[in-house]
Amino acid sequence: MKPLQHRAVRWALGLLLLGVTTVLLGTAAGSQGWQAWWLGPADEVSRQIVWDIRLPRSLGAWLGGALLGLAGAVAQGLFRNPLADPYLLGSASGASLGVGTYLSLFGGSAWAASWWMGVGLTGAAFVGAVLAVLLTLLLARGVQQTLRLLLAGVVVGVVLGAVTSMVSLLQPQVLQAMQGFMLGSTAFVSWTACATLGCVLALCVALAWAFSRVLDALTLGESTAHSLGVPLRSARLVLVGVISLSTGAAVAHIGLVAFVGLAAPHLVRSLVRSTHAWRLLLAALMGGALLSLADVLARVLFAPQELPVGVLTAVLGGGYLLWRIYRDTGLRGGAGGLS
Amino acid sequence: MAEWFMRVACVWLLCSAAQAATVLDDQQQKIQIAKPPQRIVSLLPSLTETVCALGARQRLVGVDRYSNWPASIARVPRVGGGIDPNIESIVALKPDLVLAAGSTRGADRLQALGLTVLRLEPRNHADAQRVLRTVGDALGVPAPESERVWREIQAGVQAAVQSLSPQAKAQRVYFEVSSAPYGASESSFIGETLTRMGVANILSAAMGPFPQVNPEFVVRAQPDVIMAGDSSRVSMAQRPGWASLKAMQAQRICVFKQAESDMLVRAGPRMAEGARLMAECLNRAAGVQR
Repeated sequence: MKPLQHRAVRWALGLLLLGVTTVLLGTAAGSQGWQAWWLGPADEVSRQIVWDIRLPRSLGAWLGGALLGLAGAVAQGLFRNPLADPYLLGSASGASLGVGTYLSLFGGSAWAASWWMGVGLTGAAFVGAVLAVLLTLLLARGVQQTLRLLLAGVVVGVVLGAVTSMVSLLQPQVLQAMQGFMLGSTAFVSWTACATLGCVLALCVALAWAFSRVLDALTLGESTAHSLGVPLRSARLVLVGVISLSTGAAVAHIGLVAFVGLAAPHLVRSLVRSTHAWRLLLAALMGGALLSLADVLARVLFAPQELPVGVLTAVLGGGYLLWRIYRDTGLRGGAGGLS
Repeated sequence: MAEWFMRVACVWLLCSAAQAATVLDDQQQKIQIAKPPQRIVSLLPSLTETVCALGARQRLVGVDRYSNWPASIARVPRVGGGIDPNIESIVALKPDLVLAAGSTRGADRLQALGLTVLRLEPRNHADAQRVLRTVGDALGVPAPESERVWREIQAGVQAAVQSLSPQAKAQRVYFEVSSAPYGASESSFIGETLTRMGVANILSAAMGPFPQVNPEFVVRAQPDVIMAGDSSRVSMAQRPGWASLKAMQAQRICVFKQAESDMLVRAGPRMAEGARLMAECLNRAAGVQR
């Protein structure tokens, strides 16, 4: 094994351990104060709080963070742009529109179309996210041109965002609930949601790992990658699928959590230099650890009140990026950037 | 002795059978309530007020952070708001009934955790009556008692309506709910009260209950009276063309304080007080020289 790989494995194990620790910490921390579940049998309600509320939401935070971290790393590799984040292809605004539409149909009147009820808020967000990415692909006429794809993603994001604003302006009672979704929260994650997130994560990590060689080749530029005989077209399609599926699943269950997808790959890159295969895995582990840590903090900082975790990640993640920009420009005499 | 015991058991069984209730929520789902709940959590201010009006204040063990009436609920633990209910705190209170708005996030989650959740969201006068009756049934309050509470509220609204002078009734009103600005149309809860008073609303029912209003629309409609919440006080004077509004020039404006706005916008048991506030405003405005 090469020393670089050794380092990557060590970091992977370390991050996994950090993730497990924060998830366990998450089962002990909450608005009802510290409750150590390992200290002997407790009453029925404490048991329910730890096993049916705290554990699924802590696990859900880790899984959601891992999905966003993975999607961010894939996006940055695929678009060869360090500012690419999982929401780039319009999935975030698509999910918001899904939620807004759902709320205005369902929140508006009592009887509401019953099949919408079955789909639920989560389903609406997921459908919205996937439809938005499909719209982006349609506008960009496929995945051949990265730049066109990026541009289409930005345009779809802006247009769908405007439609969402229009929906919520016409139905002011939707505004508040929309706000809750935009902030992102892990408070409503159930075991079923954890199972879904887990399956999606396993699938996406496997796919991303399998196509990581393509991302390595892409770092040399598109034409070089092409001349190396890399099946760019199919690989791009799969990787865009990975981005949209993982982002859609994460956003649907925990809302629009900011910055995890952007910060996790950057942190990984500053820690280890490695091939994309390891980088993707590490970004997923980093994202998971970051979000579950933020989730624990969000619960205890103002206990018994609880901060929406998205607010905390935006503050912490934004702070981290600013600090890196500041440090890098300082080191390189102003010409530095995030790379 | 055994016979006596059997008798007591029979009476007890009959009582509990009579007290078991099945009520319909806003989604027309049947909610089974085995025995009158003793530990209630309310996640909507108007539902909190309804529970208190039905005399069950002592049974509230948790309320949302926006519930602020009656004053005695200040000591009841807070469990977050409608968009961010604190699931863990609610479960820890061991409630046997959770009252929530239809749009409350996490209501499904609470139900999945085994709690009885009753979803009700009063939006108009008819809703308010239905919600009062449903909450009464769910709480095991005898039907005549909830009917009496409703009749009292209606008597209060009627008194407010009758207190209006003939000049006051001949006015056209613009009611602003928030400074975005959103107005209350004829189909809103507030609009229904105004219609009952016989005054005209510049926003028709066809515009939806709370339409967003273009400032120009109000200038064109020239309302005789403007009613607004505290948040609109500053911005109103700065809107283009509003300086020329007759209502502004003659100061026929009522700006309600936050506590008063709460009474006006909550479709709950304090709607009579809200109606009285509006009637006072209309009478005062009619008294101003035109």
